[in-house]
Amino acid sequence: MSSSLPLVREKRRSKRRIEPARIPERGGGKLGYWLYFIPGAIAVGLIIFYPLVRNLRLSFFHWRGGRAEEQFAGLDNWIALFGDQEFIQSFQNIFLVIIAMVIVPTLLGLVISALLFDVVGRRFSGKLSSFLRATYYLPQILPIAVAGVMFSWILRPNESGVLNQFLSAITGNEVTVNWLGGSYGTAMASVMVLMIWIQIGYPVVIFMAALGRVEPQLYEAAELDGANWFERFRAITLPMIQPEVFVVSLTTTIAALKVFAPVFILTAGGPNKSTYVPSFYAYNEFINGTDKGYAAAIASSITIVVFVVAVIFIRVQNRVESKEA
Amino acid sequence: MSTMTTSASKATDPTPANKNKSRPRTPAEWVLMVLATLGALLIVFPMLLLLLNAFKSPADYANSSPLDFPEALDFTGLQTFWETQNFPRALWNSIFISTMVAVLAVILSVLNSFAIGIGRVKGRTWIVLAFLMANLIPQEMLFDPLFRLYDDLGLLSNPWSVIITFTVIQAAFGTYLLSSLLGTFPKEILEAAAVDGASRAKILRSVIVPIIRPTLSVLMVFFFIWTWNEFLLPLAFLNTSDSLTVPLLLEQLNGERQTDTTTLIAGTLISIIPTIIFFLIFQRTLTRGITAGAVK
Repeated sequence: MSSSLPLVREKRRSKRRIEPARIPERGGGKLGYWLYFIPGAIAVGLIIFYPLVRNLRLSFFHWRGGRAEEQFAGLDNWIALFGDQEFIQSFQNIFLVIIAMVIVPTLLGLVISALLFDVVGRRFSGKLSSFLRATYYLPQILPIAVAGVMFSWILRPNESGVLNQFLSAITGNEVTVNWLGGSYGTAMASVMVLMIWIQIGYPVVIFMAALGRVEPQLYEAAELDGANWFERFRAITLPMIQPEVFVVSLTTTIAALKVFAPVFILTAGGPNKSTYVPSFYAYNEFINGTDKGYAAAIASSITIVVFVVAVIFIRVQNRVESKEA
Repeated sequence: MSTMTTSASKATDPTPANKNKSRPRTPAEWVLMVLATLGALLIVFPMLLLLLNAFKSPADYANSSPLDFPEALDFTGLQTFWETQNFPRALWNSIFISTMVAVLAVILSVLNSFAIGIGRVKGRTWIVLAFLMANLIPQEMLFDPLFRLYDDLGLLSNPWSVIITFTVIQAAFGTYLLSSLLGTFPKEILEAAAVDGASRAKILRSVIVPIIRPTLSVLMVFFFIWTWNEFLLPLAFLNTSDSLTVPLLLEQLNGERQTDTTTLIAGTLISIIPTIIFFLIFQRTLTRGITAGAVK
């Protein structure tokens, strides 16, 4: 599928303005096409854009929920965000989430896909390489909630935890680390490990497909010139798969900004709200908080960040593309 | 959104160059191969642990290390899970919701992208951008207004609240993807059909849809699995025990204090099985969808 770069492709067509419909007709009217668009427009308006606007509006009000009256708050909620330690902490944690969901999987993905493609695929067997790729990919299609429950079983505190028993057996001492509830360090690290485990298969699969696109003659020529594997990787492979690296970073960064389930299941934001991420904070405020207006402000701020990041990425990529062209 | 591209790669299997194999494998290559295999083992290790412990009796589990084999095959955990939880119901809910979303979202995507990609309606660049935004929007932004909407409509704890929501979210992605695909749909085919006097609806149904069917089936498979795995909004909308999906059921079981550990392990294992079956069945469909090259 030519879908790997949909974000970038669409933009170009904007330059050509009014074009006829692609099905030639005597009447020539394009009006009829709007009929096909009506269900989609209504649906996306009602389910996405109406809630979007309504939530944005709510962020300028105080509202206890239920039958309570909404009280206009102006910018109160938005100003309060900047002095809210939990809010700041939740966005700081996003940097760690980006390390776990974007940076580590992308780097590991480069190494693993090169290993599977160059070494296992070429020097051993293509079947083994495909099989290993599928194995790395499996966590990607597992429900995150299910993966989270599995990890929380492994990371149970005291001597009953699988990891603790494992470490006890290795070290000979009784290990009783409270991984998820003991300290910010172990809790956040646990969440990050789960995220890496989930994410790793995505870059592996995409990069392997990209490697298949690189012409083998390039490698052979480089090999004849005496370039070693690492030199070839840097000079040929990396530039060739740069578009895929870009797509992976974009999609995973956006996923990182929206992350919810791993934190909800593993730590529920604890200990002491230290592992809050914005999405979890907003959800928690909507459910348990006393001011849904404030929750709406948190959710709106995440939405703004997501849109800004998406626009920046698309801009950068378009600039790179036009330079190449 | 992320997993979409992965489908593409399933088709392009790394084909080893034969002559490359003629020279003997070096020790370094063996080491690297073993490393790659160990890495894959590390990935499946948590699932193997589940398998190892799901068939232990509670006493056996309490007295042995999680790395030990069970003393004897014991089905207490599985049985308790099956008796205390309505798993078939959750499984049915998940299947029903995911199937409806996959089908409806593909239909909606085709209609939208027909207007955008073939009809080239005015302002389509902005329309596509709006659909992209719709797909990127964080779910907590929709949570409260949709909750109130479904509350008013009496759809809370009703699978249709989730079906409607995710049909639109997935269709936003599908519209985005199919619009660019249909924007490059071979003109000759459309012209030929128009010359034959086919109406728009007929061209869409009998010419365009059959040609892009491979892409549509790939979309459908991904919509299904994405919806299956959704967590935040289903958690918010589905609250009665009858309406839970598989991930929600397991999460709830995990939260109950009195849940016996072997029951939880067995439940986790059972919850993974549908995904594994799906993975095994549809790996080939994905491959077929992409090798067919969609439109060429």
